[in-house]
Amino acid sequence: MNPVGIIFRRELAAYFATPLAVVFIVIYLMLAGVFTFYLGNFFERGQADLQSFFGFHPWLYLFLVPAIAMRIWAEERKAGTIELLLTMPLTMGQAVLGKFLAAWAFIAIALAGTFPLWITVNVLGDPDNGVIVAAYLGSLLMAGAYLAVSVCVSAATKSQVIAFIIALVLCFMFTLAGFPLVLDAFSAWLPDGIVNALASLSFLTHFQSLQKGVIDLRDVIFFAAVIVAWLYACALIVDNKKAD
Amino acid sequence: MIEVDALTKDFGPRRAVDNLSFTVKPGEVLGFLGPNGAGKSTTMKMVTGFLSPTSGTARINGHDIQTAPVEAKRQFGYLPEGAPGYADMRVIDFLRFAADLRKLTGDTRRQRLEQVIADVHLEGVLGQKIDTLSKGFRRRVGLAQAILHDPQVLILDEPTDGLDPNQKHEVRKLINGMAEDKIIIISTHILEEVDAICTRAMIISQGRVLADDTPANLAAKTDSGRLDDYFRDITDGGLS
Repeated sequence: MNPVGIIFRRELAAYFATPLAVVFIVIYLMLAGVFTFYLGNFFERGQADLQSFFGFHPWLYLFLVPAIAMRIWAEERKAGTIELLLTMPLTMGQAVLGKFLAAWAFIAIALAGTFPLWITVNVLGDPDNGVIVAAYLGSLLMAGAYLAVSVCVSAATKSQVIAFIIALVLCFMFTLAGFPLVLDAFSAWLPDGIVNALASLSFLTHFQSLQKGVIDLRDVIFFAAVIVAWLYACALIVDNKKAD
Repeated sequence: MIEVDALTKDFGPRRAVDNLSFTVKPGEVLGFLGPNGAGKSTTMKMVTGFLSPTSGTARINGHDIQTAPVEAKRQFGYLPEGAPGYADMRVIDFLRFAADLRKLTGDTRRQRLEQVIADVHLEGVLGQKIDTLSKGFRRRVGLAQAILHDPQVLILDEPTDGLDPNQKHEVRKLINGMAEDKIIIISTHILEEVDAICTRAMIISQGRVLADDTPANLAAKTDSGRLDDYFRDITDGGLS
């Protein structure tokens, strides 16, 4: 088996070896439900779609993805197992990718747990299931972007708490990059060109059409590029800081 | 063969390993001695490719750890300092994980797993999680992982640290049993261990080699004929 697959399997099993997996999935599903029904007014809207569900995904991921990603490298460095792992015959890229894919698969499992909502909306009305499938894929893709940012931060510190908080702040900035809340902090001292570039990094903006089931290639490329860039940075950081 | 070629490592302004060169041939068991902070672990971390040297390199059976790291890493088994292991993995799962990364498959995989489990006596703890193990068992799991693929080169950072006298004896017996045609590097503080298993002792301090000879020859250089007296003499009692 390819080293990526071996790392993937071990990491995924590690989530389920502790109560972490169950706690995470239960909280994820509860929050998803609360957001959809109370804040999203799922019933009151009177429409057979999952807009009120997908619309809150950036906010769910904002908190929950840093929480599962924080341990990925920080724990490995703290326990010293990183020395064991990286003296095995595998490349840094394989280690980084295996760990990332395992966490992504774990998020996919949690996301798949929301299927009763999809059944509900099909019982109550006649939704466009193609749109729902596309929105699920878009949501997973965006989760990958949050995850890549958080994994990279986890590589930079031995402390899981610090990894969580910094990842949260970074994810928050990416989520709202196009909005005054974040932009105002930069527009005063950066040239307009750079501010506009920052604004175009907003996860929320790029998720807007995906959540409606419109798969725009530009959005897909955007999230894919974010994932690749942050994983590359992650490999560099692990390489530099592994022995600290 | 291990060829260490002018290895140097700086941590900021401090030079931990200073232009270290040596070779180890098949059949040799090299004891790496030195006071704490002498650069033993740092050297091992560089030879195994975990740390990048400031300059110099190491070749393992001809594979350069800098330019062909994956091929070089296939050649050795390594027990890092402190014998780290994944806390929430069961011992057997951990060993299977290591076996997979070492590309062991089918019958070889099964046989090697059985063999090392018997060699380091892990039968009783296979189903236990690693963080519930005692220090001694944890070290043995680390050792099992290192010898799993029957590597020609074995690099062990303080393999007997934290073991009781019986376990120490077992581990030494195991290493002695393997020594034929293998290359083994062991770092240790325990000088009697060098007498018991090493064919060659290298004393390093502040990143430099102070002495490199058979344990018997080194011991013969003092009036008392004891290796630990020699060690104290040339490392200035650790007070320098």
